[in-house]
Amino acid sequence: MAYSEKVLEHFKNPRNVGTLNKEAKNVGTGLVGAPECGDVMRLQIEVDEESGMIRDAKFKTFGCGSAIASSSLATEWLKGKSLDEAAAIDNMDIVEELALPPVKIHCSVLAEDAIKAAIEDYRQKNGITADKQEHATA
Amino acid sequence: MEKRRLIYLDNNATTPCDPRVVDTMVPYFYEKHGNAASRSHQFGWEAEDAVDYAREQIAKLLNVEDKEVIFTSGATESNNLALKGVFEMYAKKGNHIITAETEHKAILDTCKHLEKAGAEVTYLKVQEDGLVNLADLEAAIKPTTILVSLMWANNETGVIQPMREIAQICEKHGVLFHSDATQAVGKIKTHPRETGVHLMSFTAHKMYGPKGVGGLYVSRKNPRVKVTAQMDGGGHERGMRSGTLNVPGIVGFGKAAEIAMNEMEQDTARLSKLRDRLQHELTQMPETKVNGNEESRMPHVTNISFKHVEGEGLMMTFNQNIAVSSGSACTSASLEPSYVLVGMGLGDDLAHSSIRFSLGRFTTDEDVDQAIELVRNGVNHMRELSPIWEMYLDGVDLTKIEWSAH
Repeated sequence: MAYSEKVLEHFKNPRNVGTLNKEAKNVGTGLVGAPECGDVMRLQIEVDEESGMIRDAKFKTFGCGSAIASSSLATEWLKGKSLDEAAAIDNMDIVEELALPPVKIHCSVLAEDAIKAAIEDYRQKNGITADKQEHATA
Repeated sequence: MEKRRLIYLDNNATTPCDPRVVDTMVPYFYEKHGNAASRSHQFGWEAEDAVDYAREQIAKLLNVEDKEVIFTSGATESNNLALKGVFEMYAKKGNHIITAETEHKAILDTCKHLEKAGAEVTYLKVQEDGLVNLADLEAAIKPTTILVSLMWANNETGVIQPMREIAQICEKHGVLFHSDATQAVGKIKTHPRETGVHLMSFTAHKMYGPKGVGGLYVSRKNPRVKVTAQMDGGGHERGMRSGTLNVPGIVGFGKAAEIAMNEMEQDTARLSKLRDRLQHELTQMPETKVNGNEESRMPHVTNISFKHVEGEGLMMTFNQNIAVSSGSACTSASLEPSYVLVGMGLGDDLAHSSIRFSLGRFTTDEDVDQAIELVRNGVNHMRELSPIWEMYLDGVDLTKIEWSAH
């Protein structure tokens, strides 16, 4: 199976690889997937406490090229977004942007899950109850 | 990435044709294009002679009689013919077949098919090193057992089964023994008669011959084995496999067998050295594991798990330079890791982290040097990206984490 140019580009030059201090109050961490399934994504966001905007995002992913590209793309998109905007990122946006084939859609789902998990972690840490706006489309 | 020659280390998938094989085949596409079954003219006689000669070349490699070699379209067909053919032919004697979980799909799926047709099949578990447990095998045999089918060497790990010991158990209980020897024939000594194998499948394209032609050895005496044809027609191949013979393919197969016989010793010596160097260098990296028994293994294969790195992603770091296979079947729709490795008791995580390197006659020293460098770089790169490698370095017990399986 050939990968799309965009997947290859993210794979070769992954953006925002790294680790934020998960103990920090303004950092939210999402760890999703399982080694047994062949995919583990850890996605972290650092929130600017004054503006409430995502200032930085980092990831590390154990997985195939599409999983790595999906998480790399997600970190790019997260920066500069509010939490609500971030929570609205849909896996199909990732599928479209990276031209993922059907067998790789689960990689984008995982990235969406990782984003939501990171936001949830941040909100829990900071005692923010998510405003009940429903963004989920699936 | 700079452009380098693409290094082929996937010879268990298929081997390139040896140029000497192709040269031998060419006339049989053109001036010697006859049908080996045409008895009335020179073209037919020539083709028949060529097929007879190829059959001799293959029989020599296997140390069997010419007539014991049946030509097929490949090992999958040979396996189907052996299993279905024996099941039908020996239906009066019984319906029980014994095989192992780590067999090729051509065996396992054929067994599944036969189960629907009334067969009872025992799928033996293998030991952690990939070998069949002989006591388990013997315990599985019962009065209705008609056939044991166990592969000579495994495609994913290269592990060689204790063929002689298995054969002795079969002999003792009067059960036929079939072996899928696809990965072994032409690379190591595979003499079915001395070993006690009664039916044996093999194919040309794993031994530097062309694709689309294979063979089934069927013992003609002590015991005289018969299989019910699965392909009906003109009664070719002693009635066991009808269909116009693939003359150019068979000619190439014969030549490949002759070359294999003459060069096996030197190929084995050279490849095992190269393989050992590759394996040694790669397992110098921390947290690696060689899968399968290293003592009883094909000389050109090594299967290595690079912990905390996913195989398909790893392959992507070097697949513009090296062609290998991974036990992480992320590319297939199933997303299941290798059932062979899982069958050996390897965790799914390690199975997802595995790469199979299979060298071949045309693998050079330089190929191995480059592969070592590229794979090491790839593993390091992927580990930098891997959250579980980071956790491992931080001393996190990965088994204690509640993963969100998806």
